Formats: sequence, C-alpha cells, structure tokens
Amino acid sequence: MSNRATNLLVPIISVILGLLVGAVIMLVSGYSPVEGYAALWNGIFGDMYTIGETIRQITPYLLAGLAVAFAFRSGLFNIGVEGQLIVGWFAAAYVGVAVELPKIIHLPLAIIAAAVAGALWGFVPGLLKAKFHVHEVIVTIMMNYIALHVTNALIRTVSDGGDRTESIFASASLRSEFLENLTEFSRLHFGIIIALVMVGVMWFILEKTTLGFELKAVGFNQNASQYAGMNVNKNIILAMVISGAFAGLGGAMEALGTFEYVSSKGGFTGIGFDGIAVALLGMNTPLGVIFGATLFGSLKYGALNMPNAAGIPIEIVEIVIAVIIFFVASGYIIRLLLLRASAKKKEAK
Amino acid sequence: MEYVIEMLNIRKEFGTFVANDNITLQLQKGEIHALLGENGAGKSTLMNVLFGLYQPEGGEIRVRGKKVDIANPNVANDLGIGMVHQHFMLVENFSVTENIILGSEPTKYGITNKKDAAKKVQALSEQYGLNVDPYAIIEDISVGMQQRVEILKTLYRGAEILIFDEPTASLTPQEITELIQIMKRLIAEGKSIILITHKLKEIMDVSDRVTVIRKGQGIGTVITAETNPNDLASLMVGRQVEFTTVKGQAFPGEEILDIKDLVVQDYRGIEKVKRLNLNVRKGEIVGIAGIDGNGQSELIEAITGLRKVKSGTIFINGKDVTNMKPRKVTEAGVGHIPQDRHKHGLVLDFPVGHNISLQTYYTKPISKSGIIDYNKINEKALQIIKDFDVRTQGPGELARSLSGGNQQKAIIGREVDRDPDLLIAALPTRGLDVGAIEFIHSRLIEQRDNGKAVLLISFELDEVMNVSDRIAVIHDGEIVDIVTPETTSEQQLGLLMAGHTDNKKTQDLTKKGEDQHVE
Repeated sequence: MSNRATNLLVPIISVILGLLVGAVIMLVSGYSPVEGYAALWNGIFGDMYTIGETIRQITPYLLAGLAVAFAFRSGLFNIGVEGQLIVGWFAAAYVGVAVELPKIIHLPLAIIAAAVAGALWGFVPGLLKAKFHVHEVIVTIMMNYIALHVTNALIRTVSDGGDRTESIFASASLRSEFLENLTEFSRLHFGIIIALVMVGVMWFILEKTTLGFELKAVGFNQNASQYAGMNVNKNIILAMVISGAFAGLGGAMEALGTFEYVSSKGGFTGIGFDGIAVALLGMNTPLGVIFGATLFGSLKYGALNMPNAAGIPIEIVEIVIAVIIFFVASGYIIRLLLLRASAKKKEAK
Repeated sequence: MEYVIEMLNIRKEFGTFVANDNITLQLQKGEIHALLGENGAGKSTLMNVLFGLYQPEGGEIRVRGKKVDIANPNVANDLGIGMVHQHFMLVENFSVTENIILGSEPTKYGITNKKDAAKKVQALSEQYGLNVDPYAIIEDISVGMQQRVEILKTLYRGAEILIFDEPTASLTPQEITELIQIMKRLIAEGKSIILITHKLKEIMDVSDRVTVIRKGQGIGTVITAETNPNDLASLMVGRQVEFTTVKGQAFPGEEILDIKDLVVQDYRGIEKVKRLNLNVRKGEIVGIAGIDGNGQSELIEAITGLRKVKSGTIFINGKDVTNMKPRKVTEAGVGHIPQDRHKHGLVLDFPVGHNISLQTYYTKPISKSGIIDYNKINEKALQIIKDFDVRTQGPGELARSLSGGNQQKAIIGREVDRDPDLLIAALPTRGLDVGAIEFIHSRLIEQRDNGKAVLLISFELDEVMNVSDRIAVIHDGEIVDIVTPETTSEQQLGLLMAGHTDNKKTQDLTKKGEDQHVE
C-alpha cells in the first residue's frame, strides 16, 4: 500500500470506527444510533444558524489549540492554557466595560489586553522553569486555580458584588451584523478571522523566523541549543509567553464575541484543557490545529442537539463524542494494523 | 567442521531498502568470529536477525545443524544465544546480582531468593575469571566492570554463544586488554563468540576468522592468520585505505589558545581541572591524551563557555574569553566538535540542513532582521554535504536517520566551514570505521596546514600519536607532561596517562605487570 493511500485511509477508518463504537454504545443504552447521528449532523450542518454557531464554537478551540501546540513545539507542556484563557477573558471584558473609546482603538486595546494577560500568566511558569527548573506542568496547573478564583473575586469587585460584569461597549465588540445576517442570527463574530490569522502567525514564527528556529531547537535538544550559543532560558520564557498570549486571545473571543461580558465561574471552562487534545490531534502543527479544532468544535456544538432531537441523555452523548475523538487520536494504532495487514498480504503471495 | 551457528544467505529488507543481502556467516564451536563492516553496513541488522528481533525475508538459520525459527529474543535465549550490547542494559541503582536475575528472578516460597543467585553469580565469575562482586551496585563500578556484568548475565542464562556488539567502544586501553583475556577464557571454557567491530587491531588480536560485509552484501569469510589489517580494510571499504596519517612538518606560529591556572568544578562541586596550563599555537595540533574522566570534558566545556570557570583565565587570540557565553566564544573564532554528538553536536529531530546552520542561522546571509531564508540554509547544506561527503538523501533528511559516521561528517563540515582559528575536536572518531577516521584525520591536518590551531582530545592512543604535533598528557585535572609523538612510545604515554611521572614508579609498575602475566 502506498504511503499516500495510508495517509488518507487512516483518518477515514478512524472516524468510521469511532462512529461504529459510538453507535454500539447508543444501541446497548437503548437509543437509536440513526436518530442520534442524524441529530448530531443536524446540530452541526442543519441550517445556516447551526453552521454559524459551530464556527463560533471552533474559534476559541483554535486559539487554545495553538497555545498548547506552540508550547509543545518548544518542548514545554502548557497545561495552563485554561487559566491563561480565563485571565484573557477577564482582561478583555474589563477593558470593554471600563472605558468607551472609538472602535478603532477600543477593540484592538481589548484584544491586546487579553493577549498581555495571558502572556503574563504564561510568563510566571516560564520564568520558574528557566530559573529554578520548576516543572511547568505543576506551576501551570496551580496557575489555573489562581486564575479562576482571582478573576471571580475581581468580577465581584468590578460589578459591586454581582456575578457578572455589565456588557461591553459596542466599540469593543467583535460582533458583526453581516455575519449574523448571513447565519440566521447566530452569534458568529469576527473572532474567527483573528483566530485564523493567528494560525498564520504561529506558522510564520515557527517556520520563517530565527526565533522559531531557536524555539524548535530548544524544544528538541536543550544541550545542543546551548552548545550552539542559544539562550535556552530566554527561549523557554518566550515560548510560554507567546503560548499564553494565544490562550489569552482565546479568552478575548468569548469576552468580545460570544458573550460580551464575563461572569464568575463555578469551575473551569474546559476550553483550555480541550486545547491539549486539539493540539495533539493536529500533531502540533498550525494546519493540524485547524483540523483538531474543527473536529472538536463541531462535535461539541452538534452534540447539544442530540438530547433535544433524539432524546439521548447528555451523559451518553458525551461518551459517544469522547469515543469518536478517542478513535481519531489513536490513528497510530490503525496505521499499525494497516501495515500488518499489508505485510501479511505480501507474505501470502 | 562443526558449526554451532549457520546463517545462510540471509536477506532482510526494510521497505525498499535491503539491509542484508545474501549474507552467510558460519560460527564454529570454540572460535572467536569477527563480523567486520563499516558503520551502516548491516552488522547490527544481521545480529538482530540472529537474536530474534527481526525476521529475515530470505535465507535460513541453523543452530547446531538444526534449522530454527527465531521468532523472538526468548527463543534465542533458549537456544543458548546471548548478547552483550554496546549500550549496557543495566539498572544503575540495582546490585550486580539483581541486574543479572532481572526478568527471571529465582524464588523460594514466593520470595525472591537473591542469596542463592548471588552464590551462582560468584561461582560463574570465578570460573571465567571475571572478578565481579555480586553485591556491588552498578553505578559504583567502572564501565569495564559493568560490561562484565553484561557478560555474566548471558552466562547465567546459559548462553553458549555470545555476541559482543562493539564491546571496546567505551573502554580504556587497560580494560580492552582485560576484555581480550576474558574472551579467550570464555573460548577455553567451550563458548563460541561473535565479535562485532570495525576495529581492525582487535580483530587481528583475538579473532580466528573474519566475515566481512559491505553495504549489506556478504563479501566473504577469511582466516585471520592468513590476512592483514590492510587487506581487511580494503575488503571492508572496497578500496585501498591509508593507515598512517600522511602529514608534513608543523610550522607553529603565534599562540591562539592560552590557558593559565584554570580551575573547573563539576556539577557536584568537585574540582576536575586543577590549575591547568596549556597553550596551542597557529599551525599545530595539540593532542590531549588521558584516561576518560581526568578532567577532559570539564576542560573543553570551560573553554567553550558551557561550564563556569572557578578561577584562572582563558585567552583566545589575545582576547579574554573566561566565563563568556558559548555564542561569544564561537564568535571569537572557536569551532568545537563535541564529545557527544547526540547530546551536544546535533538536534537529532532537525533536518541535516538546520543542523549545519545551527550556529549561523542568525547571521547574514542566512537571515535578515530575524527572518530566515531557508533556501540559503539548503544551499549551505548542499555545499557541505558535497565537500565533506556526507551520505544523506539531502538537507531535508532528519539528522537522526544518518549513520554515526555521516552525522560526524556533518558536524565536522559545519565546524570547519566556519574556518575557526581554534578547532577543538573531542573524540572526533569515536565509533567510526577506518574510512571515516582517515577522512576526519586528514581534515584536521588540513586545518593545521591552513595555519589554524587544533586541540584534539582522544582516549585512543593511536589517534593521539598519529595526528598530534605535541601531546599534552592529562591526569587528575593537570597536564602532567608535554611530549612529542616522535620521541615517545605508546608504553610511556600509557604510563604517563596512569599518573606515573617518575621513572622509579614506572619500573615498579612494569615489573608488577610482568608478575601478573606469570600468574
């Protein structure tokens, strides 16, 4: 079997297998897989509204995925995307409600505030890793909790004891009448364009700049990078800062696009953690992240329709979605099975 | 003639690549059979087939005349085949006995019975003259001793046929001598040995017969006594090989490297370099001879900025570079072929082209205002691949997939191409075959003849003697003597390396050595 054929077959087989196992789960739980999958399909592609909402859902996944992937490429495991996203969300919303400025200044300012907040949240673990060799996984996990509770406290302060801020001024909003009209008044906003531009930015940094060259070198082999005269510590910190900025932008999408406010949260949003899976599904490449985020965003959003349209409980839905993603992620196993099969065939000849 | 192992017309393919093509190897009982070939010739593949790690596409294997199918290493074990790996497979903080029984722990009432195992290990150790303490912890014993533990491991499991994969690669000259004794003892006790190596000297010293493979093809089997190193080298490489490095007289000029009273500590804070003084001039090669662990690594790391200097000074071209960052040292005119090419020399998961520009990626013309022109990186890579005969599919191939010799050529190409005033070459030929060694030595000499200073660090006496113009002997962090290769014998050099600087001690040691032989 040729390489190209394998590359094409693996994802297709993975998805089919995932759907099959998901169907079995629905069957044994006493629900109709046909109805279930029809509901999933309609939840994603049913009409212009669901398509718009699906794309909106994909947007923060794109940026969370980029954040995780960027750190990975530099040899760092940023589990703190969740926290960086939360502080980005807050920072953007705060700038959105605190002042009213002309749109051309206000919107960029709010977006930059989110990126800076995320970057700062990434800087701390980066610094601790570089200077004191504290493992970034531990620090970023802890930074997630700090982010969650600090922003909750800040939201209460800003809203005089309430649990959400006021809505942002229109001058800071990413909402677009054009996109809303196009998609039957979904919440689709201009954030998707920012997210796609960021995909390009990540590609450019990694593939075109000396900074990307150094980050990748440090990610693969710190000893050789040091030998070659690179500043390993500086690169570790920079990688975390840039990764955090991507995550912060993910927060801005929610603050300035989807919700137009920030509310205090009882728990994590999950977007940052799902970003890990998005990045891994996309093999940590910018284009791959588009694929991962699309898969994740579509399934997550489309699944919302399954309880309503097919009467399948949300717990079963989540298991089915997890199974599909699991099979896509285990493409490696399927590749191995395909290779075995083709080797057997050869032997038989 | 009785063969214990016959590998007949073995063929092994990886995709479209044929790693072994029609190779035949027949091992007689009680012989040391050398398997000779360049890096990447297919020696390891052949042995992995024998050990059950790979399944051959063609040919057959017979053990004691019976056709066998070695499906996995357990089958090989049961057939009495044991392998002493080049990179030891030992648990560092386990004892010798624990390592040996690992995977087949003997039990008594369900509890691991280490006592009896240790007794058995002790007995085996005595039988074969290995002198291993069954209770010693692996990390406390020398590399040579660790290797004997590997040998014991195979004997403990009842191996009759031992495969040694490049066994001398990390041993000191003394340990090599001891290993050769051990191999002869094993033969005397009825074992048979396959020795994988590309070191001709060892083959001539210990083997009975040699099977040569070249680029995956079986070239043939010769009787060691009826051949000589020259013929073997030509068989292996496929052309005539120069052994004595041809080099003219050196014309040293002014000092390039000047080290004064250098003190360097290792990571535990122990002084490894102790008030060391050394200078290297333009147009000369200074070789540092010494046994591994006498401060060589720390010395190089201090010069190149990878390790902090405690006290003393390092001048390059009259410029004080003490405790400067690696990049500043590089820019001051230093090239460095590092000791460990996988750890320091290469980013293995980077393409060859990236690796060739590892220190110059930020300079013009490769990059301008932070943007890299990858076409320029490829151009540079193609030039070095051509000039230094790096065998690779191209600049885009990952460095990981090159053979060791070609990885080293890429590093040397990169370092020499920058035309540094001082070239530091640390173990530049470690693990390489004669063809590659010849090439690398001639490049070092070429640098010297172009008026550059070369500092060579090596554990191989031959190399130091052949290539250097002056030899600085390092022992316990100090340069104990500086000699010229023309007026010094390997014997004298060996004693200096062991720290015997005055004549009386030297004589004592020689005498003692003779006494041991009598035993």
